[in-house]
Amino acid sequence: MVKRYTKSPVGAHYGLGDWLLQRLTAVVMATYTIGLVVCLLWHVPASYADWKALFAGNVMRVATMVFALALLYHAWVGMRDIIMDYLKSAGLRLVVQTGVGLVLVFYAVWAASILWGAR
Amino acid sequence: MSSAPKPRPKYYDLNLAHLPPPGLVSILHRISGLGLFFPVLPLLLYALQQTLGSEAGWQHWHDVLSRPIVKLVLLAAFWLYAHHFWAGLRYLLLDVHFGIEKAPARSSAVVVLVLGLLTTVIVGVCVW
Repeated sequence: MVKRYTKSPVGAHYGLGDWLLQRLTAVVMATYTIGLVVCLLWHVPASYADWKALFAGNVMRVATMVFALALLYHAWVGMRDIIMDYLKSAGLRLVVQTGVGLVLVFYAVWAASILWGAR
Repeated sequence: MSSAPKPRPKYYDLNLAHLPPPGLVSILHRISGLGLFFPVLPLLLYALQQTLGSEAGWQHWHDVLSRPIVKLVLLAAFWLYAHHFWAGLRYLLLDVHFGIEKAPARSSAVVVLVLGLLTTVIVGVCVW
């Protein structure tokens, strides 16, 4: 009897999960985008008070934050794909990928502070 | 596989304008994604912070955005989002094997390119 080789010889297997999550986050962001466009067309914010009122509700704040977090993950996968394709030096890749990750976390924290922070 | 040697060297046509529509959509999806990551996203966050932060901030951005050159920049940024959005929807449909054959994939790529420009023109007409 030949013992079946069960271990996969290739890959770290994060690829499929990342691929799927990139699509799921895309659906989340597309839904938010359509919702936001409908909101803006429904009631065009013509003054500071209108604009502030749009982002005052908790539904809008949470939806925007969910969008920001979906974007964080989506852009992480997308930027990593670009980096892996065009940067050949492993050292440079590590530095740029780390930088991109930090920038994305910074964007998300910034978004949270705009939505809920003291202003 | 035939044993006849393949003609070498191969010359690939790397001019973007000569790409077939699906290839053009693909590379523009990549470029627009990069452009959205930087500089569109930090600029958007900065504008959101300023406009929500104070009445003066809102008024400042209101004045800045009324300048034609700024409107053009805004439209360019909008096109990045619009193209990424429509191209992304096309990829989601391709992922569930909708329109995956050569002919429909080619037409949907043209539709994506047109929709990206069309939505940008509509927004342009609205802000002008």
